[in-house]
Amino acid sequence: MPQRYALAAAALTLWACSTIAAADETKPSVARGRDIFMKVGCYHCHGTHGQGSGAGLKLAPDPLPTEAIAQFIRATTSTMPAYSEHILSDSQIADIAAYLGSIPAARSPDAIPALKSSSQHVKPQR
Amino acid sequence: MASQNVDRRNFLSKVAVASSAAAIPTVHAAEPANKTLPATEARRLAPPSVAQLAADTGEARPQLPASATDCGSDFMVDVIKTLNIDYIFSNPGSSFLGLHESIVNYGGNKSPEFITCMHEESSAAMANGYYKASGRPASILCHGTVGLQHASMALYNAWCDRVPLIAILGNTLDSTKRAGANDWRHSAQDPAAIVRDFTKWDDQPISLQAFAESMVQGYKISTTPPMEPIVLVADSQLQEMELVSRSGLSIPKLSPTLPPQGDAGALREAAQFLVAAERPVILADRLARTAEGMRLLVQLAETLNAPVVDLTSRQNMPTTHHLYQNAQNRKLVAQADVILGLEVTDFWGQINQFNRIDDSSSPRMKPGTKLIRIGVNDLYMKSNYQDFQRYAAVDLSIAGDGETTLPALIDAVKSAMSDNRKLSLAPRAEVYRKMYAENYEAARQAAAFGWDASPISTARLCMELWQQIKTEDWALVSVGASEGFISNWPHRLWHIDRHYQYLGYGAGGGVGYGLPAAVGAALANKALGRMSVNIQCDGDFMYANGALWTAAHHRIPLLTVMHNNRAYAQETMLLQGIANQRNRGVTTAKIGTAIEDPNIDYAKLAHGMGVWAEGPITDPKDLAPAIKRAIGVVKQGLPALIDVVTQSR
Repeated sequence: MPQRYALAAAALTLWACSTIAAADETKPSVARGRDIFMKVGCYHCHGTHGQGSGAGLKLAPDPLPTEAIAQFIRATTSTMPAYSEHILSDSQIADIAAYLGSIPAARSPDAIPALKSSSQHVKPQR
Repeated sequence: MASQNVDRRNFLSKVAVASSAAAIPTVHAAEPANKTLPATEARRLAPPSVAQLAADTGEARPQLPASATDCGSDFMVDVIKTLNIDYIFSNPGSSFLGLHESIVNYGGNKSPEFITCMHEESSAAMANGYYKASGRPASILCHGTVGLQHASMALYNAWCDRVPLIAILGNTLDSTKRAGANDWRHSAQDPAAIVRDFTKWDDQPISLQAFAESMVQGYKISTTPPMEPIVLVADSQLQEMELVSRSGLSIPKLSPTLPPQGDAGALREAAQFLVAAERPVILADRLARTAEGMRLLVQLAETLNAPVVDLTSRQNMPTTHHLYQNAQNRKLVAQADVILGLEVTDFWGQINQFNRIDDSSSPRMKPGTKLIRIGVNDLYMKSNYQDFQRYAAVDLSIAGDGETTLPALIDAVKSAMSDNRKLSLAPRAEVYRKMYAENYEAARQAAAFGWDASPISTARLCMELWQQIKTEDWALVSVGASEGFISNWPHRLWHIDRHYQYLGYGAGGGVGYGLPAAVGAALANKALGRMSVNIQCDGDFMYANGALWTAAHHRIPLLTVMHNNRAYAQETMLLQGIANQRNRGVTTAKIGTAIEDPNIDYAKLAHGMGVWAEGPITDPKDLAPAIKRAIGVVKQGLPALIDVVTQSR
């Protein structure tokens, strides 16, 4: 292949890759979302898998739609102070929503021996 | 009295005369103190020379004459024995050498037995845990200055927890009798001053007879509701003085004060409110001191068909009962027409909501809800430390011990309830049975989320543990400062139906309660044949981990499962919240709150103190087998620790 064609092909490849990368950055990313979820400390109250705890609501599996998550984060008056755009951008919220959406459904407690047996020992009345 | 005026130094330099006129029965050492030892053992146990002592502590004290037969601290031990105090938790100190020696030799180191601790805060926390597991007050022994300063945090926890505890302090009041610089540093004019704001009573008796009377009086005061710690100074002069004769000395008989019962007329009025209510709610906090307390609460709830919210400073209501409705706390309070608070310290906090962000508050209940409060909080309180909580305006406030008052309240409720009313209340039972089943199922579903996560979820930690202890006679003896740190899983999913199966938490919020309180409770449970389990937060552990050595040394069976989230996680969350509120970013919240870099190896720490341990466990699949192995160790009568790396909550 003549040298000039090779250079052109390489340039075309580079352009294509950068375009794809730019497009990917605007698309919510599960990996980025997980990193942000950990970096900004969502996991402290909500758990690393969004499972919730005594300190924070369950977020996943089956998270709220991205818009609802964003609305809550921006305007909450609960124990969790609202996050401004300065702290957490819209695209970062979208990434977090993508991460939460990627978390698979939990197993049924009946399929977990330590939880299944609990139900078998319920004594609702003494 | 001549015999009590013998100077300590004079006594130490002459031969004492045996006493044969003891006014009270005495208990003598079980074994002679000077039995023959092998030469190597004798060398190992040989006391330091006078020169060594002088180098270490200043002026050395003369040794007691071999023929000494009775001394002030022997009499003190006899006083303590009359109160059936099982244990004295302590680490040694020069201001109470005489009493220490009398406990282990004259008293035979039994009732009380000297439990060797590694810190005075641990001593007091162990005494706290011991009482909550056994119902029997224990004692601590420490320096009046440096020891009490260490112990003060745990005494505050006991104060907030309404726990009786007898703190005995060594002190040398007569400054001319202080042997050297250390005696001066270890003496005070008024040693109890630093804890007076959060102890119920104190005294510094200056004669042995006064010691006897103050000890019995202090015990009585401490064990009268509201039960609280008391402080008694045992002056070193009194401890070490010769007792030529016990003539004139006597030990007063303990006459326990019966706990106060609420006024009968007020209880009739309360009963009328409760019987007429359509949506009554019972809140119970430090109510059940004994099994009877739990039985009575169940009876009251069943008579009214009223739901109970157990605020878990004690185990008041069985979690297996359909009227146990902790999961519906807010909803029930919001809908209630009558709320009955039984030994609830923070009543205001139960009926109001406080917003930490803007410091605003709003009622949780609807207007017109009748409020009834029964408890001993108003009977005794102090002003400086604010554990009395915010004032709650109620409709009927009845001063009386909750457990003691329940029989009369139940009778009043039964008297106020017609047969027709009984019939009309009956359908409530079905409503709460259904609600109970829904609560339980919701908790089970919630526990499944993040089940396979690493770090390990607190739900999995608790349920893998529960799976293996539920067939034993178990007791969850400590959860540190709050069960909320493990998202309350035991109260959501464990079947806790004995009052001793859950002992509450460090009531003052003083970190360092968890492990030593668990060791004290486990010591009580050892005699009762119960398996003690401690879910141990990592930050709390690092304050008082020497308690593990005490467990190993005294062969105290205790299963400790670390909730190792590698942080002061509660503070991480709060710091994150305030930083976010100030719009300054949230990525720095781990500065000053994380316990990592390096990670602490708790298993190695435990090994170093002679305790069987495994971990750190990060794969949830490894958890159940490790618990099984640890239980095997505990069943041999020994402590065991599993380090589990966990989610924050």
